[in-house]
Amino acid sequence: MKQLRYTITYLCGVGLLYGNAALCATTDPIADLRREVLDLRRGYDARIELLEARIAVAERAANRARSSAAEAVEIAEDAVIGATTGSASANAFNPGMGVVLVARAADIGHRWDAIPGFISGGESGPGKSGFTLGESEVNLKASIDDLFFGNVTFAFEDEDGETEIALEEAWLETTALPPGLTIRAGRQFSGIGNLNSFHRHADDFIDRPLPYQAFFAGQYIADGVQARWVAPTNLFLELGAELDWGSGLPASGSDDTSPGAWSLFAHTGGDVGASHAWQAGVSYLSADVRDRGVGEDGPGEAPEFTGDSDLVVVDFVWKWAPLGNPTRTNFKLQGEYFRRVEEGTFDGMQIDTDQSGWYLQGIWQFIQGWRVGYRHDRVTTDNGSIFLGTLLEDVDESPRRDSLMLDWSHSDFSRLRLQYVYDQVLTESDSQWLLQYIMSLGAHGGHRF
Amino acid sequence: MRALVAALVLSFLSAPVDALEVFACEPEWGALVSELAGEQARVTVALTAFQDPHRLQARPSLIASTRRADLVICTGAELEVGWLPLLLRRSGNPNVRPGAAGYFLAADYVRKLEVPTRLDRSQGDIHPQGNPHVHLNPHNITRIARKLAQRLAELDPMNADVYEQRLDDFVERWHAAIVVWENRARRLEGLIIVPHHRSFTYLADWLGLDVIATVEAKPGIPPSGAHLSRLLEKLNVVAPAAVVRTPYANEKPTTWLAERLDTPVLVLPYTIGGHEDVTDLFTLFDTTLTLLENLQP
Repeated sequence: MKQLRYTITYLCGVGLLYGNAALCATTDPIADLRREVLDLRRGYDARIELLEARIAVAERAANRARSSAAEAVEIAEDAVIGATTGSASANAFNPGMGVVLVARAADIGHRWDAIPGFISGGESGPGKSGFTLGESEVNLKASIDDLFFGNVTFAFEDEDGETEIALEEAWLETTALPPGLTIRAGRQFSGIGNLNSFHRHADDFIDRPLPYQAFFAGQYIADGVQARWVAPTNLFLELGAELDWGSGLPASGSDDTSPGAWSLFAHTGGDVGASHAWQAGVSYLSADVRDRGVGEDGPGEAPEFTGDSDLVVVDFVWKWAPLGNPTRTNFKLQGEYFRRVEEGTFDGMQIDTDQSGWYLQGIWQFIQGWRVGYRHDRVTTDNGSIFLGTLLEDVDESPRRDSLMLDWSHSDFSRLRLQYVYDQVLTESDSQWLLQYIMSLGAHGGHRF
Repeated sequence: MRALVAALVLSFLSAPVDALEVFACEPEWGALVSELAGEQARVTVALTAFQDPHRLQARPSLIASTRRADLVICTGAELEVGWLPLLLRRSGNPNVRPGAAGYFLAADYVRKLEVPTRLDRSQGDIHPQGNPHVHLNPHNITRIARKLAQRLAELDPMNADVYEQRLDDFVERWHAAIVVWENRARRLEGLIIVPHHRSFTYLADWLGLDVIATVEAKPGIPPSGAHLSRLLEKLNVVAPAAVVRTPYANEKPTTWLAERLDTPVLVLPYTIGGHEDVTDLFTLFDTTLTLLENLQP
């Protein structure tokens, strides 16, 4: 009987659910049951709703509690962090400091100090055999205030037992000019070409390519002002101009008011898919040269050049890494072409020279940490017959080299490099072996493109 | 040359009138900005899931994106120390410099784990502020979302209501998802994993996974053969459920170790795009949990 009653109730309930009241017979007991069921349902619904609401409230409270607990923890932590930094001593504002240690061991057969056909203005050539401490650098950089950023690099160089300290870079840069515009003043690596604005310890080979040695004695460092502007475009486009009052290459001096050299440069670049990226540029450097000497002799001691110098550099870099992830393997192809035309007087003679040079190099990282590279670099001169029999006489075969390198980096901060150079700068060829270490301490250097 | 000029003109023309230009270093922050800003933001993401955030280079396309940005959102805690400062300086964009409203570092707003007690590079490429891979704990995402919404409103006050509303909506959905994830996570508690790098510390902390060792002896330094052999010896005893890596990590050491341990290599998505199913923050955690659940017998 009990079973039947439940069945009827069930049927009745189902009938109600589906809106069919006919299932519930009209007899009084059933109507009662129906009412009972409805009451029960209403009661349950209400209770369920109540419970649900309470759960929701509890959940919200729990969430609130959880997030406010988290926030409270954060606030407490912030206070602790604030207190610690607040009590820190005066060195809290110390600039970021990075030290780079570089040294090399070399086996050089024929050493040369000047490339045939070129007026060398400073250090060039493979250097001496044996162990040499290269340039050890100390770099300091930090924001000066809300408008300026400063950077200084000292290079310590050991030459014949004497330590020379050179101020390699000392510049300040604006940080709050209208978007895209940056002005830099002081001693700086010129923005022309590609390799020039890199620190040498970031190079892929131990020495700079021949055109850099021939035209800039390794690197063009300008004393003056640089303005750069990055366009608000999808494609990277950077335009720059520089004025140089410096006494080094390429102008070797300027009069009191006007700069000795000025330059313009433009760089553009972008991505091709996820795996490829490129950058290309063109630069122009104009110098009003005064008394640029040969070699490192002092003024007046050796023949000097005075006149106009115009230099054009075209550069490109192309990089590949699978899916843009260079961690394991990657490849880099890089090249630059230089052409310089000079007109003026040299050692009392009217001269008109046309010189050019280029290098092309490929670096392949074949497993994590290990890279091999090949570079060809050469320079060519058309100095005219006036120099026959002198250092600046044109040579039949362009001075050139082929270099192979293998390097290993254990981390971002250490690198060991072996380099072989087949040197044909002089008429007689030379095989050179070099071994180098580059170690970075302190502030993390940037991964420049 | 004509193509170049055309590209320049096009990129000027296609600049939006009122949408915020956002440069996100990592895909997870790009996704979070999209959740909170929707149509109000045009997001450029620097990294893909297949690129190591430590090792990116300041390539020209990224300088161009930083130059146009109203907001730069990155992880911080020195994860991007090798390339972000360079991008910011090269781009010459004062709106996104450190300290400006347009500069947002997510890790600033959460509690960091693995804060080193000894700062010395002999410990590997450590981050002084702690482990920067903070996004794999969903509670951190909520915390960061709240701060990010405030920042978006500050940068674009006209749409402040939109950001607030979208934040509420996101947090509601996110909390609901967390409840589901945490229910699922109960079964994963105590699961022993061996990650390649300390990329999953926050995930393990949240789920209660047992990170018994990392494949790398020291962060950022590829493991040596000797280290791997020692590790193998140690792990043979505990039998981890999987050797885990990110999509961008070198697969060689993980594969080597997993083969000898006779455990699977598990590539967790790590971020948006790291797995074909992972298209947003929700699917990132969904898929990560599914992959971990599939490990169990």
